[in-house]
Amino acid sequence: MSLLDWNPEDFSEIPYAFYSDDEIYRRELKRVFLGKTWNFLALECEIPNAGDYKTATVGEVPVVAVRDEAGAVNAMVNRCAHRGNLVCIDEAGNAERLTCVYHNWTYDLRGNLASIAFEKGIRGKGGMAEDFDRSRRGLPRLRVETYRGLVFGTFSADAPPLSDYLGPEMRANIDRVLGREMEILGKFQHGLDGNWKLYIENVRDTYHATLLHSFFPTFGLNRLSMKGGIEFSDGGLHHLTYSIGATDRPESQYNARDLRAVKDGYALNAPELLETWPEYACGTTLAIQSIFPNFSVQQVSNVVTVRLLLPKGPDKSVLIWWILGAVEDTPEQRAMRLRQANLIGPGGYIAMEDGAVVGWVRRGVAGAEEESSVLAMGGRGVERESDSRCNELSVRGFWQGWHAMMRDPAA
Amino acid sequence: MSGVTALPARIDALNRLYGHAIDDGDYERWPEFFAEDALYKITTRWNYDRAMPAGLMLCQGRAMMEDRVSALRTANVYEPHHYRHLIDPPVVTDESGSAISATAGFAVYRTMQSGVPEIFCTGKYVDRIVEADGGLKFGERIVVCDGERIDTMIVIPL
Repeated sequence: MSLLDWNPEDFSEIPYAFYSDDEIYRRELKRVFLGKTWNFLALECEIPNAGDYKTATVGEVPVVAVRDEAGAVNAMVNRCAHRGNLVCIDEAGNAERLTCVYHNWTYDLRGNLASIAFEKGIRGKGGMAEDFDRSRRGLPRLRVETYRGLVFGTFSADAPPLSDYLGPEMRANIDRVLGREMEILGKFQHGLDGNWKLYIENVRDTYHATLLHSFFPTFGLNRLSMKGGIEFSDGGLHHLTYSIGATDRPESQYNARDLRAVKDGYALNAPELLETWPEYACGTTLAIQSIFPNFSVQQVSNVVTVRLLLPKGPDKSVLIWWILGAVEDTPEQRAMRLRQANLIGPGGYIAMEDGAVVGWVRRGVAGAEEESSVLAMGGRGVERESDSRCNELSVRGFWQGWHAMMRDPAA
Repeated sequence: MSGVTALPARIDALNRLYGHAIDDGDYERWPEFFAEDALYKITTRWNYDRAMPAGLMLCQGRAMMEDRVSALRTANVYEPHHYRHLIDPPVVTDESGSAISATAGFAVYRTMQSGVPEIFCTGKYVDRIVEADGGLKFGERIVVCDGERIDTMIVIPL
């Protein structure tokens, strides 16, 4: 039986082969990334002016996002219609037209093929074939929509409008975190030694947070005993988990000596690292949001980041972190954001382990293609929401969305 | 000039002692190479060229460096590994003020549990060096990695 015939029942057992199988990976590239999903391409503030462009990747397809003369953002496949050469080689830049260096074919900022070198030949000899139609040879365009400064693109004509794709629950959190003018404070890449889904599962896994990351509960940043919860968009595709600090209550479980995460007497010499200010009226101190398939918005105290995970074959992936601040930050607030940024990224006190565990699971499941993992914390199946984060509900929700997309014959 | 060691040689010695302390796993000694209020930051060329303020690690003062060390000893979870620093002789870029500006290229190999050393990072140190406690200390050390990508994680300072 092919893996593609998987009958998931309640999504509580996931075949390990899904993290290494080439056929699954190839289908994911087509049905998930090039299917009815919206893929994050860039922040609007990365391409503020007409002619600004930035390259991006959808699945493994090279794409370029461009701001045109009218101020709209367009996205096209970054592949010359002539011989398949990359049109934009620089990661980002500004141009009036996009020019392929190979044979000097040029495209306007909407991807239309504007000119071809020697189209009419030289002294009447050579030149393009009589029947060649320039208007039919533009760069293939993606549908593009923006939300709160985030630029998304899709190859699908059938994907719902971005706003509907995100849904009201997800939009509300993006409004809260990014609903003001933001700027980039840093951008880093994190190379992961495993399949992209291992990291996405980790983003959605509320159960591990205080166990793997001992820095979290030690300093009261996140305990499962805090008030918080999990929300889903329709169909479980996207998720949001949040907690509200200062709602913690003493709970005997966390005093248990066998919980490695709790370390008595561990204190910071420089506690100013964790100095925060109440930035959000709702009191939310931690919010981790995943937008299917591979994008995340995260707020840890005052550190605001967006993350994009790029698949690089069945066994590798690359995570890109954008660290953001509000343009209106006071110098004191900015300084706090930058110090707290020590919590996140490949060297983050609470994020470094997530990079490592992806590689450990990949190594752990080698030779176990016939076996499955267990996702039974908080029951089985996918309910709509939960007020407990001691739960693997949102990981099961991911697999529900993934499965629907992978078997969708229309995709 | 007997008895006076030239400045580049003194900085070179500081850099080599710094690299050896880390490579030998003597992480508690790492903050001692810095002045009390020193800045330590790991960033990448892309971020450095654009004056991006956030770092992969950002320590404002020796106390924050000590916290990095105690976290790597007791809090953070990672696979045991070690580094090998190869550091170029330094170039002194400015010695007219109270602090010396200097830079040096480096390569760091990392050996994980696979047992195979692999290039983890190349880059340059951009330093401000001060006389303190009868010797040279870093008043500021910006580690500028050439690449944008950190493989798996970074817990040991560069």
